[in-house]
Parts: sequence; structure tokens; C-alpha cells
Amino acid sequence: MGSLLNFPFLAAVILAGIALYILIFKKNMIKFIMGIALLEASVNLFFVALGYREGGGAPIYTNSPAGIMVLPVPQALVLTSIVIGVSILALMLSMAIRTYRHTGNIDTEKSRRMKG
Amino acid sequence: MNFLTSNSSILIIAIPLLAAFLVPLISKASAKGRNIFVVVVTVFVGILVAILAKDVYANGAHIYTLGAALPDITLPRGYIVPVRIILEVDGMSIFMGIVTAIVSLAAVVYSLSFMKRETGQDKFYTLFLLMMVGMFGLEFTGDLFNLFVFLEILSISGAALAAFRTRFGDTVEGGFKYLSISAIAALMVLFAIALLYAQYGLLNIGALAAVIQFTSLDKLALALMAIAFAIKLGAVPLHMWVPDTYTVAPASITIMLMAASQACLYALFRIGFTLYGGTTGTISMGWIVIILGVLSMFVGVTMAIPQTDIKRLMAYHSVSQIGYMLLGVGVGLAVLGDTAALNAYGRQAMSGGIFHIINYALYKGLLFLTAGALFYRLGTRDLNKMGGLARNMKFTTIFFIIGALAISGIPPFNGFASKFLIYESVYQFSPILSIIAMLVSIITLASFTKVFQAAFTGPALPQHKDVKEAPRSMLIGMGILAVVIIFFSLCPGLIVDNIVQPAVDALINQGAYINGIMGGGL
Amino acid sequence: MAAISLAFWNPVVCLVVFLVVIALIYLLRSRGEGGYKKGTEQTKAFLCGEELPEVEERHVKAHNLYWGFFQALKKYYDPTIKAHTGIVNDYVLWLTVITVIAAITFTLV
Repeated sequence: MGSLLNFPFLAAVILAGIALYILIFKKNMIKFIMGIALLEASVNLFFVALGYREGGGAPIYTNSPAGIMVLPVPQALVLTSIVIGVSILALMLSMAIRTYRHTGNIDTEKSRRMKG
Repeated sequence: MNFLTSNSSILIIAIPLLAAFLVPLISKASAKGRNIFVVVVTVFVGILVAILAKDVYANGAHIYTLGAALPDITLPRGYIVPVRIILEVDGMSIFMGIVTAIVSLAAVVYSLSFMKRETGQDKFYTLFLLMMVGMFGLEFTGDLFNLFVFLEILSISGAALAAFRTRFGDTVEGGFKYLSISAIAALMVLFAIALLYAQYGLLNIGALAAVIQFTSLDKLALALMAIAFAIKLGAVPLHMWVPDTYTVAPASITIMLMAASQACLYALFRIGFTLYGGTTGTISMGWIVIILGVLSMFVGVTMAIPQTDIKRLMAYHSVSQIGYMLLGVGVGLAVLGDTAALNAYGRQAMSGGIFHIINYALYKGLLFLTAGALFYRLGTRDLNKMGGLARNMKFTTIFFIIGALAISGIPPFNGFASKFLIYESVYQFSPILSIIAMLVSIITLASFTKVFQAAFTGPALPQHKDVKEAPRSMLIGMGILAVVIIFFSLCPGLIVDNIVQPAVDALINQGAYINGIMGGGL
Repeated sequence: MAAISLAFWNPVVCLVVFLVVIALIYLLRSRGEGGYKKGTEQTKAFLCGEELPEVEERHVKAHNLYWGFFQALKKYYDPTIKAHTGIVNDYVLWLTVITVIAAITFTLV
């Protein structure tokens, strides 16, 4: 049973791998932003899985059933991280729209004006 | 006064945060009132930083526990680890706070004229104040997760400001690149925090430093955090976003982004010295910092010379100057475990590196602001289209000369004082590194001679006949930095003894930082 | 605690030298010829008797400066400038590579 608990970590690693592949090789800005979203999801999944205890209940003290609870702190932290992630994605998408309006392209290579 | 002193650290973060969201409201009533309000808030925060600095230099580290009955109760009754968010302001934190306060004051005064022609100024000042919040928070916090949150506030507001003038196409590109690398770096930091939290169940830097074991996972966390902050501060070979973003951002925001990269430099040092200071990892960490520093110095300056875009040229110099700080402090980090070497030259190298932080922020800020003044009057950043401007813009020329001499390390300017400390001490560590540092200084002078020759000297070009001097608020913004530079140049000893030394002590003395957190129970 | 001093040099000395140099420059300038005629040949730049080119062509532009330096270091500059592609994907690639190198270094040492 213990090995089953490692699946979330495995999933996090796979997600991070996919995200890095997208971030390095996909030149479409929208896909790039998706890569960042996936990387966020991966780190958040890793963090929240850390707080899981086998058979644990929700960490609410009022009328709580007997038995162990999952750790509340990682959940609070991940909630913050998700909120921050949403604002980053929104800003990045708005920048992608702006880039398209200026250059008629959302390819990171074709829309670039600065190099060297 | 007593209330202000004991609560100053949280007020420095809270006041700009509240003011940021008041700005759009005041803007509805009057644009002039909003400008006055923003300047007053920045000045008031500066005064609070001064009050806090006085307290820190007199009484040692300043502790503020959020939500506790008294600010210095870090451990609630019966706890052996801190559970609340704690702000810990020691010599190094307040040093960075002073840098941020000076730069933001110059930037906000400069912005009043510089952004006058733009739309959406209420949003500009909201984001500007949020950027201040991010920097001060990053510098003052004693909590790792808090550090991540402030890093993200800084990244989002900084990227939005860099891309602020969306009528130019390239600004968005610069903002997008900055936000992309910031988002990835921040996620790396978050992952490292998760690794540390999984092992020790702690988020407080002081409490973690007391128990850290330096297991393989800790080493992985150190690598992730070190590289994440290295890309945020723009060390070669992770510097490529720096020219792209600094070039297109409005000049006042460029210097704020520069201060933001200094804040990330602080975070790197805090992680290396305080969190991992007691472990054996400092030597390899020190060498990585030194290698990044030497690469940054050399590649930054050699890439700067061929540029013909004035701000891009200066942005590459930023990369190069960061290298000096990394070199100086990296030498200190590499010999941290060796007391004899540390006393012989390590402390001096660190003093040079840390003194260079404030010097760099001043003269580089001044140079970016003069470049902004040229852009404001000419509408171009291309050096090929400039010439003979010293005739029309006398004050800007004088400010440029001051900045250029200071950055090249010409005595008696402040750049020379900090660079000399670095040359002298690094020579004892490794002569070749010191020689590279001097060579880089010479190339720096050469490239600023190029800018001076191309932009300010030469015959008066007919197309620039009607160019006027920069508006008054921009001159005041540059003047603030120039006056501080001249003050620092005339009495470097005073600055080194009173501001830089406490910062060096704070970095070296890891025990004091831990004790500040763990010794404050009931 | 090892004291760190900057006592070996005093910026005030430099300031004094600066003031002396300013005074010298003023002295030299004050000895110049005052009675020239403005707007005539006397105030034009002298170029070995050649015709003076237009203002635009007289100014050495930024991209012409240090031409020899770049030519001599072509082997360094070509690959370095080429490495700065300006594509954000490449930045992420650099970041990944350096992180992996750092992680390996830290875990092995």
C-alpha cells in the first residue's frame, strides 16, 4: 500500500517533464503558456501530496471524526500558489494577445525583435 | 516614535501595499493629487527605513512577529519552532532596504514627467508601489514561503510595468520574457521550499538553518534556489533576458527592475550564508558564485561594446557589474569555513562586493535615467542617430559624465572605492580573477567613451537643433542619485564602516540570525 | 575582527587635484585670442585646407567606433552574439542545463 502513495510524486515528475519539453521546444506562445501552467500544476501537486497522510481526514477541528488528519499547511501554501499562478497566466495571455496585435504572429521566434 | 520604531518593518511593507490600491481612487479625483500622494508615500517609507536603520544599527536585528501579542515573541508558549510569519531585519536586510528606498524615490520623482504622456498612469503608480512592496518584503522576511510570495509580487508587477507602454511593440516582448523566466524561477524556489518542508516541517529561515542536515535533498534544494535566483539577477549564462527587458522598460522602471535584481541577489546571499551557512556546501556554492561572477563580468562587458542601442548597451553593463558583486561575495562564501582566510581577505572581499551593490544601484540608476532623458527628448534609443547633444542637454551630460566615471572605477568616484576593495582582496585569493576584474573595468570605460562620443560630442546635428533639456522632475530624479554618488565618493570610509560592515557581519554571523528567531520564546 | 580601512587613499586629494586642473584650464583659456570675427572663416574648423564635409558626415557614428577591436576578436564575437538568440525557449533551455549542472555539482561534492 505504501508504494501506491508514491503515485502523486510520479505524476508530478511526469508533469514537470512534459512541461519542460513544451517550454523548450514549443515556439507557439499559447503552448508556452500552457507549459508554464503544467509546471505550476506539477509543483502544486508535489507540494499538496506531501501533506497527505494515509486515511487522513480534512484538517477541520470542529466536529472532526476520530483519527488522523492530513497536514493543513501545504494546502494553505498551495492555495496561495494557485492564486499567484492564475494571475501570472492571465498576464502572460494578455501579453500574447498584444504581441499578436503588433506582429501578427504568436511564434516566439518569428515575433521576436530583439537579439544579439 | 516608539510605536514607529517597533512596527517600522511591517509598516514599510504595509503602507505602500495599502497606498497602491488607494492610488486609482485618488486618481479619479485629481491626477496632480495622485502624483503628490505617491511621492509622499515614497518619502514616508524612506523615513521609516531610516528609523528602522537607526534601530538596527543601535540594537541589532529587528524582529517582528505577525499576529503575536508583542512583536518580539517569536515562539508562542509551549512551541519549540516558530509557527507565525516573522520579519527579521538584520544589517544585510536593512542595507538592501536603504538601496531600495533611494532607488524608488529617484524613480518615482523621475516618473512624474517621464510618464506624463502615457495613458493609464493610475495603474502605473499602483504597480510601482506594489513593486516596492515586493522588494521590501523580499528583503525583510524571515520566512521562506513569504519570500516566494514577495518574489511573485515583484515579478508580476515588474513584468507588467516593463510592458507598460504597449503602444511600442517590443515592450510586450521584454515583459513576456521577464515574466516567463520569473515564473519558472519562482516555481523552482517553491519546489525547493517543498523539499525543505517535507524533511523538517519548517518554513522559517532561522529555524531551518538551526536543524538543516545537508542531505541529498537539501543539496538539490540549494541548487534549485541558487540557480533560480541566479537567473532572476541575470548572471551569465542566464542573463539573456536582462538586455531585452531593461531596454524596453520605461527608464524609471528599468532602475526599479535593477533594484529588484539586487533584491534577488540578497535572497541568494541569504540562502547561501544563512540557510546553508553551517553546512559543508558553502565551498562548492562559493565557487559556483565566483564562476558565475567572472563569466558575468567578462561576457557582459564584451557584449556591451558592440551595441548601438544606448539602453541595451547599459543593460549589458548591468550584467557585468553584477559579476563584481558575485565575485566579491563569492570569495567570502568560499572561505567561510576557513577563519584565517576569512579574516585575511574574505571579509574585505565581501565588503567590496556589498559596497558595490549600493554603488551600482546609484550610478547605474543615474545612467539609465540619462538614457531615458535622451529617449524622452529624441524619441530614439539608437546611438547612430545621436550626436552633439551636450550643447542642448547640459545637465544630462554632466549627470552622464558622473555616472560613466563612477561605473568605470575612476578615482575619486565611489565605483573606485568598492572595486579597489574587490581587486585587493581577490588578488590574495586568486590573482587571475583580480586581473580579469581590472580588465573588465577598462573595457567598461572604453564602452562609455563610445556612448559619450556618439551621443554628446561632435558637431550639432541639424535634426537635433530644437532638442530641449529634460523636464525638471526628471532632472531632480537624476540629481538625487548624483548627490548621493558624490557624497559616497567623498567619504567612502564612513559608508564602509557604518553601513557595509554591519551587512557583512550579518551575513557571516549565522548564529545571530538563528538566535533572533529561536531565542525569542516565552 | 579584521578592520577594513580605506585610509590609503583620500578622495579629498583627488578633489583638490580636480580643482587645480580646472584652474589650469581656465588659465589657458583666458590667454586665448578674444578678438576674432564671428561667423567668418575664422570660426570654421580647419581640415588641411580641404572642403569641410556636411555636419552629418563629420560626426563619427556609434557603429564605426572600435571597428578594429571587433575585427580582431571576430572569433569570440561571432559565436557569442549568435548565442543571444532572443528566443524565450532558448532561455529556458539554458536555465534547465545550468540547473542540472548545479544539481549534479552540489550532490557530488
